[in-house]
Amino acid sequence: MGIELPLLAMLVPAAGALLIAAFGRWPNVRELVTVLTSVALLGVVLQMLPTVLADGFWETTWTTEPIVLFEMLPGIPLELKLEPLGMIYALIASSLWILNSLYSVGYMRANHEKNQTRFYVCFALAIASVMGIAFSGNILTLFVFYEALSVSTYPLVAHKGTPEAVRSARVYLGILVGTSIGLLLPALIATYFFTGDLAFAPGGIFQEALTDGRLTGPMLGVLFFMYMFGIGKAALMPMHKWLPAAMVAPTPVSALLHAVAVVKAGVFTVVKVCIYVFGTQSLVSAGQGEWLIYVAGATILIASCIALFQDNLKRRLAYSTVSQLSYITIAASLLSPLGFMAASIHIAAHAFGKITLFFAAGSIYTAAHKTKISELDGIGRKMPWTMGAFAIGSLSMIGVPPTAGFISKWYLLSGAWETGYTFVIVVVLLSTLLNAGYFLPIVWRAFFRAPPSHDGHAPLSPQDDAFGDPADEVTAGHGHGHDDHHGDHGEAPLPIVFALSCTAAGTIVLFFFPDIVLGLAQQIFKGLPLP
Amino acid sequence: MLDIPLDVQANLPVLIVLTPLLGGVIATFTGRGVLPWLWSTLVTGVTFALTIQMMMTLLASGEPFISYELGNWPKWWGIEYRVDLLNAFILLVVAGIGFITTVYARLSVQDEIPDDRHNVFYAVWILAITGLLGITITGDAFNVYVLLEISSLTVYALIAMGKDRDRRALTASLRYLILGSVGASFILLGIGYLMMVTGTLNMEDMHNQLLRMPDLDTNRTILVAFALLVVGLSLKMALYPLHMWLPKAYTYAPSAVSALLAATATKVGVYMAFRFLFGIFGVGFSFYAMPSHFVLLGMASLGIIFSSLTAIRQTNAKSLLAYSSVGQIGYIVAGFSLANPNGVAGSIVHIFNHAVTKGGMFMALGAIAYRVGGTDMKHLRGLGKRMPLTAGALALGGLGLIGFPLTAGFISKWYLVSGALDAGMWQLAVVVLIGSLFALVYVWKIIEALFFGEPTGRTAEATEAPLSMLIPIWVLIGLSIYFGVDTSFTADVATRAASSLLGGLP
Repeated sequence: MGIELPLLAMLVPAAGALLIAAFGRWPNVRELVTVLTSVALLGVVLQMLPTVLADGFWETTWTTEPIVLFEMLPGIPLELKLEPLGMIYALIASSLWILNSLYSVGYMRANHEKNQTRFYVCFALAIASVMGIAFSGNILTLFVFYEALSVSTYPLVAHKGTPEAVRSARVYLGILVGTSIGLLLPALIATYFFTGDLAFAPGGIFQEALTDGRLTGPMLGVLFFMYMFGIGKAALMPMHKWLPAAMVAPTPVSALLHAVAVVKAGVFTVVKVCIYVFGTQSLVSAGQGEWLIYVAGATILIASCIALFQDNLKRRLAYSTVSQLSYITIAASLLSPLGFMAASIHIAAHAFGKITLFFAAGSIYTAAHKTKISELDGIGRKMPWTMGAFAIGSLSMIGVPPTAGFISKWYLLSGAWETGYTFVIVVVLLSTLLNAGYFLPIVWRAFFRAPPSHDGHAPLSPQDDAFGDPADEVTAGHGHGHDDHHGDHGEAPLPIVFALSCTAAGTIVLFFFPDIVLGLAQQIFKGLPLP
Repeated sequence: MLDIPLDVQANLPVLIVLTPLLGGVIATFTGRGVLPWLWSTLVTGVTFALTIQMMMTLLASGEPFISYELGNWPKWWGIEYRVDLLNAFILLVVAGIGFITTVYARLSVQDEIPDDRHNVFYAVWILAITGLLGITITGDAFNVYVLLEISSLTVYALIAMGKDRDRRALTASLRYLILGSVGASFILLGIGYLMMVTGTLNMEDMHNQLLRMPDLDTNRTILVAFALLVVGLSLKMALYPLHMWLPKAYTYAPSAVSALLAATATKVGVYMAFRFLFGIFGVGFSFYAMPSHFVLLGMASLGIIFSSLTAIRQTNAKSLLAYSSVGQIGYIVAGFSLANPNGVAGSIVHIFNHAVTKGGMFMALGAIAYRVGGTDMKHLRGLGKRMPLTAGALALGGLGLIGFPLTAGFISKWYLVSGALDAGMWQLAVVVLIGSLFALVYVWKIIEALFFGEPTGRTAEATEAPLSMLIPIWVLIGLSIYFGVDTSFTADVATRAASSLLGGLP
């Protein structure tokens, strides 16, 4: 049983998108559908969990035939298959989607965003693509849904339709699609050319081509290079510019997509390609791939330094994401079991922490209309929940117990120790200092500085003028009309506060109960061939 | 399968040409009103049905080809029609697109062409389709030339009929007339020289005679014939830099004509190239003895890069798509010039995929012209709200041009890049991918205008296109998605046709 569930996981959000479009006229129904869809999706994903965690997964479930969707190219079908790493990704995306949906309802209504139906439809489609990525059975399927994710999130980034939003969305799409068509796709075709295969296999698919001489070590290195930079969503410098650009999107998009779903699709693909396409043995024996450690390390440090100087809160968070993503890449590039474990745990840990931070940023924007860090003096007194959650998220980014970030950092350092890369240890320590340097001042400012005197409030952003479909303007009584935003604002609307409190709690819960994530991560390297 | 009368079944190949030929002549006498359109729909519909039947008969027969001798004259005296998998496929595309664009044409033609000329328009329209079908089905080199003239002359007339909307259609038509006639003369001379050497006009015969010649690679007459044909055909299929006639012709022609031409005319040009280069001269001569690899691949690559760059600079969506078509011809030519299975298959698949995608997109632009009065970027701005279905079709088609996965364009690019790698020409793979990125830029110009612009003028009051336009548009766009998802039919036909074109070569 449970073999058709991956397909269902894709179909649920896709069907949700259709329903949302159909109920676009009635905001309450539309948003109810969104929330219900997300709950249903989590239900489906949870159903699969026992199968993946079960002993002997690699001998039983993995060896069964994948679910073939279409014969896309002769011999290379679109197919879905259960796999532990994908399970982690799907689990995080689907559980956070529920909270994000609640959050979206509060945020989109309170900020009078227009085109809300398009927003929810594209969001659901993006999640359907995420499920496709998570359960993809070969690298072509992954590529297809990877591109689908880029396209379905484009309208979300350009959502406001202002010239600035459209310009940023152009950068977003240009870099993501440019890297994937320019580097990833040829890498894929070349992989097929050399191996005649695109299926995921623990241990990789290149050994045969390497042993019979069709493929040389340097060629493998070139391919690895094309894959790593072709996966633009992993935001390895210099392919990271799209992520700060994506921050023009409404905050729920930045929160779930550009802190969790899209960026994790990138690093997920990186890890997946390292384990299941290249295989550690091929990479190590060919002596390729070590450069990735240094590029990722540099990305971690440079992005952190840039983050230090950002005054716009969301931009600072974005650069922090760039740096945190390279934690995952650097962990994977260690090519050791502990490294892969650190990478998979950090996918989860970073997700909970970063979504909390973004939720908080959106909450501040909704309640106080502030986007700059320099305006946040004393805001913690008015918005204790928001800023409390923000503090927890920050601690997780830095890696302080009792937050999830600690666990992944622990594994990463152990992995680096085990493989003997002092460089990685130095990078992690330096970056921890930098993380503290750009997060703690915000927390300190919010709680321990006096609020500014009340003569002017932050300039209204262009998003504030409320026009658009009348249907979209319904702000069905969350108790917060438009007027109490300024000066004497309090907390943000209830759904927002609820969602961010949950994710903050999740960050801590994950520290105490990491069993599921750890179990899945261990399952991954049970399948790896012994070195 | 339907019960087809035996007489029809036996004479299928000739009926595919005769039906529209007679139908076109009769269309002249259909008078005014809706009748000319109705008649054309009937004629093109029947023709389409015949091509479907032809394909099924061929597949059912299990033979590599079906030969038909006109008037029972033996083929070395008379004319032979010969249908194999490749041209059965092209016939299906041409007749299918012909039918769908005819269905679509009614309102567009009403809007753009004066009422008293409808009968002439449809007569010429059907004859143009006849010519294209005839070129495709015939196995006789001179017959190719005759039918090429039929289709060319009618197309000149069709383009000129855009004059009531924009008088520049007349110069565009004249330019095409001059260049097209030059191309046709080259082809005629080439065929003439070949006949001098081989003493026959039947394509298969020609091929056999040529193979028997000891001095094939050095015979001056054959070399000249080859050069003349390559240049003439390049002109007809608008291979860069002989494409100068195309952009203006597509831009100023009536909307329906642009859709028909973009989807079929240049594709039939490519088909002729297949027949002459692979069929008559043979792969060995065309691609190994002659420097065609170098010339054709070079021109195709230049075409992909430069016409895509030109497309980016266009402010009229129709001419943007026209330049994009020149680039796409580059892909098709590059594919078959590789002369290896993946490359040729990619070329054949792309003929179909591009016909469907571009046809749908030109029809969508036609619907926009019908509602808004033009296809400049300023007309398109903000249409995503006003005409969501039309704009959506245009956007999906655009994704196909870029070659996004799950669109037909992706499949073509996969084959082309694989073919390039098989031949060890990674430079071509780079060109193909750069072309895709340029396509991303020009397609996004349209998408941004459609969905994130503010409507002005007539755009602000526009309503969704009428159903009679929407359905044909979405049939084609739907096909372009369907054949990106399930390639069992197209890829299978293309690979089989490619291996038969490449013949005995490894």
